[in-house]
Amino acid sequence: MNRHEGKFLPTSQPGTKPYWEGCKRQELLLQECGQCGAQQFYPRSICTGCSSSSLDWVRASGRGTVLSWTIVRHPVSEAYADDIPYVIALIELQEGPTMMSQIIDCDPESVHSGMQVQVSFQDWTDEVSMPVFRVRSDNNN
Amino acid sequence: MHSLRGRTAIVGAADTAVGKVPDLSPTELCVDAALRALADAGINKDEVDGLVTCQSMAEPHMYHAETIAEYLQIFPRYCVTANAGGGTTFSTIRNAAAAINAGVCETVLISMADSLRSGLTRAQAMAMQSSTGHPQFEIPYGPTVPAYYALIARAHMDRYGTTPEQMAAVAVNGRNYASQRTGAQMTESITVEDVLQSRMIADPLHLLDCSLVSDGGAAVVLTSASKAKEFRTRPVYVLGMGEGHSHEHISQAKDLCTSAAVQSGRDAYEMAGLTPAEIDLAQIYDCFTPVVLIELEDLGFCDKGEGGAFVESGATALGGQLPMNTNGGLLSYCHPGHPGSMFALTESVYQLRGESGQRQVDTAQTALAHAQGGIMSSHATLILGLEETL
Repeated sequence: MNRHEGKFLPTSQPGTKPYWEGCKRQELLLQECGQCGAQQFYPRSICTGCSSSSLDWVRASGRGTVLSWTIVRHPVSEAYADDIPYVIALIELQEGPTMMSQIIDCDPESVHSGMQVQVSFQDWTDEVSMPVFRVRSDNNN
Repeated sequence: MHSLRGRTAIVGAADTAVGKVPDLSPTELCVDAALRALADAGINKDEVDGLVTCQSMAEPHMYHAETIAEYLQIFPRYCVTANAGGGTTFSTIRNAAAAINAGVCETVLISMADSLRSGLTRAQAMAMQSSTGHPQFEIPYGPTVPAYYALIARAHMDRYGTTPEQMAAVAVNGRNYASQRTGAQMTESITVEDVLQSRMIADPLHLLDCSLVSDGGAAVVLTSASKAKEFRTRPVYVLGMGEGHSHEHISQAKDLCTSAAVQSGRDAYEMAGLTPAEIDLAQIYDCFTPVVLIELEDLGFCDKGEGGAFVESGATALGGQLPMNTNGGLLSYCHPGHPGSMFALTESVYQLRGESGQRQVDTAQTALAHAQGGIMSSHATLILGLEETL
């Protein structure tokens, strides 16, 4: 059985489809405004700064810093029980925007704010790849 | 902006039984709360021309307020189902006060109830509450509601040195009051050590840092100041109200340690013409212990980053500078979901009317109640006072 079976899968919308397609290609995509140059996440049909609809998809470096984190000890549903304990974190991407994700393949107790992380992709189904994060080896704090 | 200061008053308030109430459905609890509040106000249902309810998770109705009106056989000219999570209650009071002041209606019954404890399985309650996350960019990762708030707690610890002991002190504060509140869901006394020893749910939040899952309902009757004196109860005037909305999803919050309570509080104090030092007691939304610390700071009761030290000092205990969550709050009295803040409202009324028995705050004339919904998203502040404060 797929260990991600039964999890809450994202359902892409017309405006977010390119993002999820990017994840399939192992690319983390942000939007960049053609009008004011701001970069944003999550994807929207308009720029959150100037409301322009002239937005381009740009590939993020995938590097980020842990802003805050928690270790989930009690799963949200049965489908997540095998992952317990899992780390949920808010990650500030190098480009500026913040996203929620999991930090995987680490000792949960070793996670701390300010930790440097790198995006990685987990295939949950044939259609869905989830961007998650791993601890960077060059952490110096 | 036209000031609503002192234009409306609460003339009836009541709670249903709370905690585990399996013998009443959410609809029946809502009706029970409504009838109790009307009895407290000493009026017949026909004297109500407005009705406000909130959606029930355990027994949803597509047209909730209309369903309750039909059940009660009342025929309001103002009928609203509110839905802004924990902030719903006070936001509703503001809208109803504005409607009364605009002449849309005169006497509004606000009744809210739900049965998260008996009407849903633990798994259903968990799934329903966690669905507040973003369906594409948060929920798939498996965050629980405690996990969302744990992110806030951790940020506050990192930035200000707040400790788990200080958060635990919030839970102990609530329990001390709940032990004096007949009918509270949790009355057994606890210590900081008990909180820290309770099961870890989402670091740094322990089980006792998390609010309850309850059944229960409460209702109030709000009317114009000019009509308020016709009722048998001592009117509790609405002096100040404010709202602030900063985000819906926590990953979109601009700041994890400062909330839109700054704005809702500022507006409420300005309308009331009062400062934090002039507030006699407060009910501060306590879905999780760290939330209380941030709200105390944002509402000006202490400096930023000092919330933990403030509660730890005993300032919020009976006889302290700001008695807080005097019925035990969501942590110890009850938390049936959307209606949660109704109990903060009814408790404020009981306190100002001097009906709170052993937990009564001496000579209380002004009370502040604050709530938030979403994940520190939608904030609403209410300041109430007796006639002397008008």
